[in-house]
Amino acid sequence: MLELIDTYWLYFLVGQYPEGPLGGLALTVLLSGAALVLALPLGLLLGIARVSPYRAISLPVAALVQVVRAVPLLLVLFWVYFFLPALTGVKTSQASTMLIVLVVFDSIYLAEIVAAGIRALPKGQLESARSLGLGYGAALRHVVLPQTLRHGLPSIVNQLVSTIKATSLGYIIGLSEVSFIATQINTLVFTQAVEVYLILALTYFILCFGLSRLAFLLERRLQRRSAQAS
Amino acid sequence: MFFDPTILQSGQYHDWLVQGLVLSIQLTIVSFAFALPFGALLAVMRTSSFALPRAIGATLVEAIRNVPLLAHLLFWYFAFPELLPESLREVLYANNPEVVCAVIALSLYAGVHMAEDIRSGIRAVPATQLEAARSLGLGRVAAVRLVLLPQALRASVPPLLSQTVNLWKDSSVATVIGAAELMYQAARVETASFRSLEAFTFATLAYLTVSLLISAAAHLFQRRYPVRTA
Repeated sequence: MLELIDTYWLYFLVGQYPEGPLGGLALTVLLSGAALVLALPLGLLLGIARVSPYRAISLPVAALVQVVRAVPLLLVLFWVYFFLPALTGVKTSQASTMLIVLVVFDSIYLAEIVAAGIRALPKGQLESARSLGLGYGAALRHVVLPQTLRHGLPSIVNQLVSTIKATSLGYIIGLSEVSFIATQINTLVFTQAVEVYLILALTYFILCFGLSRLAFLLERRLQRRSAQAS
Repeated sequence: MFFDPTILQSGQYHDWLVQGLVLSIQLTIVSFAFALPFGALLAVMRTSSFALPRAIGATLVEAIRNVPLLAHLLFWYFAFPELLPESLREVLYANNPEVVCAVIALSLYAGVHMAEDIRSGIRAVPATQLEAARSLGLGRVAAVRLVLLPQALRASVPPLLSQTVNLWKDSSVATVIGAAELMYQAARVETASFRSLEAFTFATLAYLTVSLLISAAAHLFQRRYPVRTA
């Protein structure tokens, strides 16, 4: 196992970079982070729309959430991979295809986190902000959203864990993320499948377990602080 | 023709897609049948008053859920057979190894998520319930069986059903090891006929229908049997 790591660690980490496109673990982490950051403003908007008092706004978003959560990410990946080039006439790379799909899914899941956070706030927060003369938008921006986001932070970290796990599905369209690179290493060495895939599993485990512990610690800290406040 | 519905109504492509749908449903049902008892066992271990089963349960849950399903599938399909003795490996290779390995991976992955749902169901029952049952003269086992579990399971049914939706969607990932489920067959039709629009529409509607049916069941259950608050 050590010999394997010694020979292939660089390939595992960055793929063919700098001779070719960036790949491996670096691509997995970069893609997940970028997807979450890009999805955040969209998720915020969708989340606010989801709890909007106007049904004309909240209903379509609710329907969108239902549909996206009912289909496998893999299927949407195939749709985008086959039809985006046909529609735009430009061949999209595997990485940008994956990024688009991840942003769509992340913004939907973030919207649910934001909506749940807004609903969990005491109603008086919005009402008193409004009665102080703030408009709906200003009340959301200055009073409701800062609190929602602070409480939603652990969930957002957990969403990052889900995104990291979801990038592995890029394997199927030939995206050279870490699972794909591991399979290529497996083909190169041929006889050490157990070691190769244990290293892959361990890598994901360290990354995801570390992040979910961070989410757990954040949650505990928030709980302690709100216990002190009340 | 831009969209040719006839290939979905009969003929070879229709047969492939229906076979895929049937295998997807079978994969989900069989994996569910393994995942639920596995999850229940893990949940009982994690809520045990002894430290050893608690530690084993927690380790299994964290080790399995922090690794993406795709990496599980790669491990079970490419690495696991290497660990088997020769005779068992031949048995595996003679009996649809793709499907067997997909069931192992899906059951483990769904099982740990179900374990967490059942565990929070158990924790949602106030501790006083068990104490009251004991002080009425029920034994430890009888108190758990007659008082704790009925309430815990009732609270876990809605999250377990939404976990079943996840299992249904996750069955699509089995395509990566060549299990001929719906996603695999849709891609196969795409490659053979270039009728990607029809193939993916069929797959999307099938995934959507089954997911929404399970979600509707969860909704109905929650209405019919709301969680009683103590």
